[in-house]
Amino acid sequence: MQTEAHAKNDPRWDMLFAPAIFVVAFLLAFVAAAKSPEPQMQIQAWTFLAATALVLVWWVRRYAEGIPADDSSPYANDVIKAGVIAAMFWGIAGMLVGLIIALQLAFPNIFYFPDLPFTNFGRMRPLHTSAVIFAFGGNVLIATSFYVVQRTCHARLAGGVWSWFVFWGYQIFILIAGTGYLIGVTQAREYAEPEWYADLWLTLVWVTYLLVFLGTIWKRKEPHIYVANWFYLAFIVTIAMLHIVNNLAVPISWLSTKSYSAFSGVQDALIQWWYGHNAVGFFLTAGFLAIMYYFIPKQAQRPVYSYRLSIVHFWSLIFIYIWAGPHHLHYTALPNWAQTLGMTFSIMLWMPSWGGMINGLMTLSGAWDKLRTDPILRMLVVSVAFYGMSTFEGPVMSIKAVNSLSHYTDWTIGHVHSGALGWVGFVSFGALYCLVPWLWKRERLYSTALVEWHFWISTIGIVFYITSMWVSGIMQGLMWRAYNEFGFLEYSFVETVAAMHPYYVIRAFGGLLYLSGTLIMAYNLWRTARGDIRLAEPLALKPQLATA
Amino acid sequence: MFDHGILERHSLLLVVGILIVVAIGGIVEIAPLFYLESTIEKVQGMRPYTPLELAGRAIYMREGCYLCHSQMIRPLRDEVERYGHYSLAAESMYDHPFQWGSKRTGPDLARVGGKYSDEWHRAHLADPRSVVPESVMPPYVFLEKNELRFDDIADSLRANRIVGVPYTEDMIANARADLIAQAMPDANGVDAFQKRYPKASARDFDGDPKRISEMDALIAYLQMLGTLVDFSTYKADAPENRR
Amino acid sequence: MNYETISTFATSWGLVYLMVLFVGVAVYAFWPRNKDKFDKAARMPLEEDDR
Repeated sequence: MQTEAHAKNDPRWDMLFAPAIFVVAFLLAFVAAAKSPEPQMQIQAWTFLAATALVLVWWVRRYAEGIPADDSSPYANDVIKAGVIAAMFWGIAGMLVGLIIALQLAFPNIFYFPDLPFTNFGRMRPLHTSAVIFAFGGNVLIATSFYVVQRTCHARLAGGVWSWFVFWGYQIFILIAGTGYLIGVTQAREYAEPEWYADLWLTLVWVTYLLVFLGTIWKRKEPHIYVANWFYLAFIVTIAMLHIVNNLAVPISWLSTKSYSAFSGVQDALIQWWYGHNAVGFFLTAGFLAIMYYFIPKQAQRPVYSYRLSIVHFWSLIFIYIWAGPHHLHYTALPNWAQTLGMTFSIMLWMPSWGGMINGLMTLSGAWDKLRTDPILRMLVVSVAFYGMSTFEGPVMSIKAVNSLSHYTDWTIGHVHSGALGWVGFVSFGALYCLVPWLWKRERLYSTALVEWHFWISTIGIVFYITSMWVSGIMQGLMWRAYNEFGFLEYSFVETVAAMHPYYVIRAFGGLLYLSGTLIMAYNLWRTARGDIRLAEPLALKPQLATA
Repeated sequence: MFDHGILERHSLLLVVGILIVVAIGGIVEIAPLFYLESTIEKVQGMRPYTPLELAGRAIYMREGCYLCHSQMIRPLRDEVERYGHYSLAAESMYDHPFQWGSKRTGPDLARVGGKYSDEWHRAHLADPRSVVPESVMPPYVFLEKNELRFDDIADSLRANRIVGVPYTEDMIANARADLIAQAMPDANGVDAFQKRYPKASARDFDGDPKRISEMDALIAYLQMLGTLVDFSTYKADAPENRR
Repeated sequence: MNYETISTFATSWGLVYLMVLFVGVAVYAFWPRNKDKFDKAARMPLEEDDR
C-alpha cells in the first residue's frame, strides 16, 4: 500500500471551508435565536448555536498544535474512532429511552409525570426510534463505510477534513432533532419527524457524505469496486432521494419551527410510506448488508460464498425494495391497484433477501467450527439468521389477508424489533467488536468472555421481546374482530388494552436484557480501547486448533 | 454484450444506475395518484380546518398522538361497527401531513368527533385513568394550563394555501378573529366565522370561558374529526367511487 | 389518463422491463469470462491488513 500524504505546500482549502460552514451555521442560529418570537425556535437555535460553538472549539484544539499524525497517515482512522464512540453513546441512549417508553406502557401509573410533558410517550417514542435508527445505526454505517471504502479501495478518505464535517454535522443533526422532539417540534411523519431546518442541514451533511465516499472510490488503486461499496452507495444515494422528496414542506415563516407538508392525504400517505419502507430497505438493510459483505468474510478469513450471487442480490434487492411501500397502507383509502402492487413486490422481495442471507451464511461453509470459538463471528452470523427470519415474516405480513389482522397491532412492533435488535443490532455489534481492536491497534478485545455474556443476554432479550409482541399482536388483532353469539363485537377496545398488560411487562424485561448486553459491550470496548487485556483469559483464542 | 465492468470502473455510472433502478418504482406508484381522477372521490361537506381546529391539529401532532391512534377506518366489518363508516380518501384531502397512523395502542380517532362530551375529553386528557382505569395513555393536564399561542395562525393558513388548501384571502385576514370567535362563544364575529366555515361549532371547549387554552384547540379538533362528510348523500357504489 | 391504460401498460411493458433487467444482471453475473474477475474481487477484504 502506498502513502499519499498531502504535499507540504498544497493549500488545504478543506481546512478553511469545512469549519466555515459551522461559522455560518453559528451566525444563522444566532439570528434565529435573537429574532424568533417562537419559544421552540429559540431553544432549537440556542442548542444549535452551542453545538456549533463546541465543534469549532474542538476544531481549533485539534489543529492548534500542528496537523495531527492521522491527517497524513495512509488511512484516516480518527474520524472512524469518533464514529464508533458516537454509535455506542447514541445506542445506549436510544435503547434506554426505548426501555422507558416500554415501561410507560406496562406501568402507566409509575412512569408518567403529569408535570413533565417532555417525558410523555408521544414525545419520547420518536426520540427512541430516531436515536436507535439514525443516531446509532447511522453512526455505525458512516463509520464502517469510511473504514471499508478505504481498505477495499486502498485509498485514503477523500476530501481531507470534510469527513470530520460529515461526522460533526451528523451529530448536530441528531442533537437538534432529538431535543426538538422533547419540546414538541415534529413533522408528525414517522421516522421523518425532524422539522424543515434540520432536514436542510441533514441534506447538506448527506451530500458531503456522498462526495467523500465517491471521492474515495475515484482515488482507488483497484480496478473493481468491492460489492460492499455498492451497497453503501445505494444506501447513501437512495436515502438522499427519499429524504428530499418526503420532507418537501412549506415553513410558516423562516423564524418558525412549524411547516406544512407539500402533499396531503392519500398522496402524502404513499410518499411517507414509500420513504418509511425504504428507510428500512436502504438504511437498515442495504447499508448493513454492506457490513455483512465486508465483516463476515474478514472475520471468518474466507471470501464471500458467491460473488456472483452478491451481484444478483444487489440489483434485485434495490430494484424490488423500492416498490414495496404500499403494503403499509393495505385496506386504507389508497387505491387498490397500488396496494396490490405493493403486496406483489413485497412477496417477491423474499427471494433477494434470502439470496443475500444464504450468501452470508454459506460464507462459513467449511468453517462452521469457528462459530463455537469466535463469539464475534457468531454474533455476525446470528444477525444474518435474524435477517432471514424477519425478511420471511415481512412478506407474510404484506399479504392483505394477514395484514388485515396484523396491521395496527403489536405484531408490527415485534416484526420491526426482530429486524432491528436481531439483524441491525447484532451485525452492528459484530462490526464494532471487530473495529475497536483494529482501529486502536490492540492485539484483541479486552475480554472474549464478556462478548459471550453480551451475546447470550441480548439473544434471550430478543426472544422475550419478539415472542411477547407476537402473542399480544395476534391476540389483539383477534380480539378486535371477535363476535359473540348474538352477532355483536365481543370486546370493547379497552378490554383489549387491559389484555396487553402482561405482554408489555415481558417486552420491557426483554428490552432491559438487551440494553444490559449493550452496556457490557460498551465496558468491554472501552477497556479494549484503553489497551487492557483480561489476563484470566488465554491470549490464544482456540488453543485446541493451534496446529491448524 | 453489455459490460458491467464499465459500471464498476466508473462509479458515477454506478450511481446513475442505482438512481434509475430505485426511482422507477416510486415514480410508477406515486405519480398516478396525482393524475388518476378516481384516487379521491367527490364528496360533499369537506371544508378546510378552522383556525382553532388547525391549531388543535398542530397540538395533536406535537404530542405525537399519531403514534398510538390511527385515523383510518378500514372497510372491515368489525372496524365499521366499532368506529363508523370506513374512511374516504377525500376526508384527508386537506391534511398536510396525513395522520392515518400505523398503530392502535389506543382506538382509532377518525370519527371520534361528537362521540363524547367536551367534559369527558377534558377529564380524559387531564388524567386518562380517572375515566378509563385500564388506559395506558399519558396525562395531558398541562394543555389546560397552557395558553394557546396563535399569533402566527394567519401564517399557518397562508402556508396551507401555498400547498393547496383553498383558504381565501378573507379567511387568512380573519384567522385570528375566527379563532377567538370559535373558542369564546360570547365574542363578536361568531356569525362571520360560521359564514366562512359552514356548520363549524363555536363554543367554549375547555370549560374556562375567560381564556383560550391548548385544551380548547385540541378538543375543537377532536370534536370535528370525521363529522364533515354527509354520508346520507355519499354513494359508495357510484361508478366514480369504485376503485 | 385512466386506470385501464396504465394497467395495460404495466402488465405488458412493465413485465418486459422486469425480465430484461433480471436477465441482464443474471447473464453478467454468470458470464464465464467474468469468473476470474469476481474470484479476485471476492478476496479483496482479505488482502488488506494494516492492523
